[in-house]
Amino acid sequence: MLELVNISFSAPSENGEKEILKNINLKLDDGFNVITGPNGGGKSTLAKIIAGIITPTNGKILLDGEDITNLSITERANKGISFAFQQPVRFKGITVHDLISLASGKDIGMTEACDFLSQVGLCARDYINREVNASLSGGELKRIEIATVLARGTKVSLFDEPEAGIDLWSFNSLIKVFEKLHETLGGSIMIISHQERILNIADKVIVVANGTIKATGTKEEILPELLGNTMGPCKVLTDALGGAN
Amino acid sequence: MQNTELDLLKMIADIDGIPSGAHNIRANGETGSRVVTENVDIVTKTDKPGIDIIIKAGTKGESVHIPVVISKTDYTETVYNDFYIGDDADVTIMAGCGIHNCGDGEARHDGIHTFYVGKNAKVKYIEKHYGEGDGTGGKNMNPTTIINIADGGYMEMETTQIKGIDSTNRITNAVLGAEAKLVIHEKLMTHGTQFAGTDFTVDLNGENSSANVVSRSVAKDTSHQKFLSKINGNNKCSGHTECDAIIMDDATVTAVPEITANHIDASLIHEAAIGKIAGEQLIKLMTLGLTESQAEEQIVNGFLK
Ligand SMILES: Nc1ncnc2c1ncn2[C@@H]1O[C@H](COP(=O)(O)OP(=O)(O)OP(=O)(O)O)[C@@H](O)[C@H]1O
Ligand SMILES: [Mg+2]
Repeated sequence: MLELVNISFSAPSENGEKEILKNINLKLDDGFNVITGPNGGGKSTLAKIIAGIITPTNGKILLDGEDITNLSITERANKGISFAFQQPVRFKGITVHDLISLASGKDIGMTEACDFLSQVGLCARDYINREVNASLSGGELKRIEIATVLARGTKVSLFDEPEAGIDLWSFNSLIKVFEKLHETLGGSIMIISHQERILNIADKVIVVANGTIKATGTKEEILPELLGNTMGPCKVLTDALGGAN
Repeated sequence: MQNTELDLLKMIADIDGIPSGAHNIRANGETGSRVVTENVDIVTKTDKPGIDIIIKAGTKGESVHIPVVISKTDYTETVYNDFYIGDDADVTIMAGCGIHNCGDGEARHDGIHTFYVGKNAKVKYIEKHYGEGDGTGGKNMNPTTIINIADGGYMEMETTQIKGIDSTNRITNAVLGAEAKLVIHEKLMTHGTQFAGTDFTVDLNGENSSANVVSRSVAKDTSHQKFLSKINGNNKCSGHTECDAIIMDDATVTAVPEITANHIDASLIHEAAIGKIAGEQLIKLMTLGLTESQAEEQIVNGFLK
């Protein structure tokens, strides 16, 4: 289990320090933890803090009770944290097979690498030897990014807006991918998402806005308020949050 | 040949022992081994050091290896090799030079290669440069490549220098006829205090001729690289030159692409980019469990692959 205790993060901005996250206390249980909330609320920052990409100004991160706050990105990866970026990174000369192979931590053969790609709906043969560069489309890169996390198969997996750029037709398969990941590995899966269908698989929904956690609860508790029938989600969200923002 | 030389051969020409097919191995200035075939003749020059490689018109699918190895110190040589590739031939030529210098004197190979690519002929030319040995003596190479491509001819040149050459000035001059095409891929890595200079000049003289000159390089430590690439569009033609360099540590890189259009239908593009490894690339690989230096190595190897 992953626990954030009193996490804060500030970054320099034009008018002095900007507090991006304020006193976040959060437990990621086994199962699906879906984080949602308005743009700029601090969701990606939170994920980067967990992966070790950003060092918090304050607070502690515990993984199964062990304090990992001072561990590097690499050390955290090796302790079992994986992260699919909101914006996938491109590489010149590194192929899809290289990347999946690196992710899996061993020199995996074509068949095994292809298997991860098929899971995210890419016709593997066409992609396996392509470079992970700008010649791939946004949605293709996004799927490969998800495949790297599947190939790692760790106890904590973070996905930052995995649905972005994925066409509607593939959406159901994406949800199946997450469900299968959980079935086979267990562990905590944290998905940052704006999508109702992903919120629907949540065991726990966490609403992050303005750098704080505005609400946590089961989807039954949070969703009705978040996705009220009569008003747009933004309006409802603001209301549900007691006029925050 | 001794083990040192055989090892060098393996590094530069991917060959174990003596290659099959036509070849000429030059070891410390002597002919180590030579085989000619019905279609490929190799003749020692009489007026200066070097050989003429004569490939008959219409020769298809043959390869020619002409590696050079030096395992002496205090030794410099200038060698002239001329390649006559007959019309309609389709061949692969593998050159390359390996230096093993354990001494304190300079070991240097200056190779001047001149290609006459016949009408509608196709040539793939691969050269690799490599140096090793722990002496203080310089391991230097200055390859000059002069390319003449007749109408409809095609030449692809792959030139690689990944390790161990202290100083190199690489000059390539090409002149293309009508419908002729030239593709050059350069891969370069420098480290320590090495210097590598590259100087490409391509004259697109024939109608519908085209050239694509691409260089990818990595400069480490305090090494320095200078990349010059000049394409002159003298007819209806298309040309593209690209230099993409990664700098690390305290290395420095200069890139000077130059394109000149001397004809209204010349279409020329140049691109040059120099920068350090993108931080996000390192971070992504680190989230996969690689250390920062492992991540660096993967990125550099991929880039130069
Ligand atoms: N290094 C930084 N320096 C300054 N501001 C930053 C920095 N990183 C993030 N921010 C700001 O912090 C806020 C939170 O950003 P974050 O990317 O975490 O939002 P998000 O909730 O993921 O939004 P979205 O839904 O649009 O992806 C934004 O206002 C962003 O501009
Ligand atoms: Mg975000």
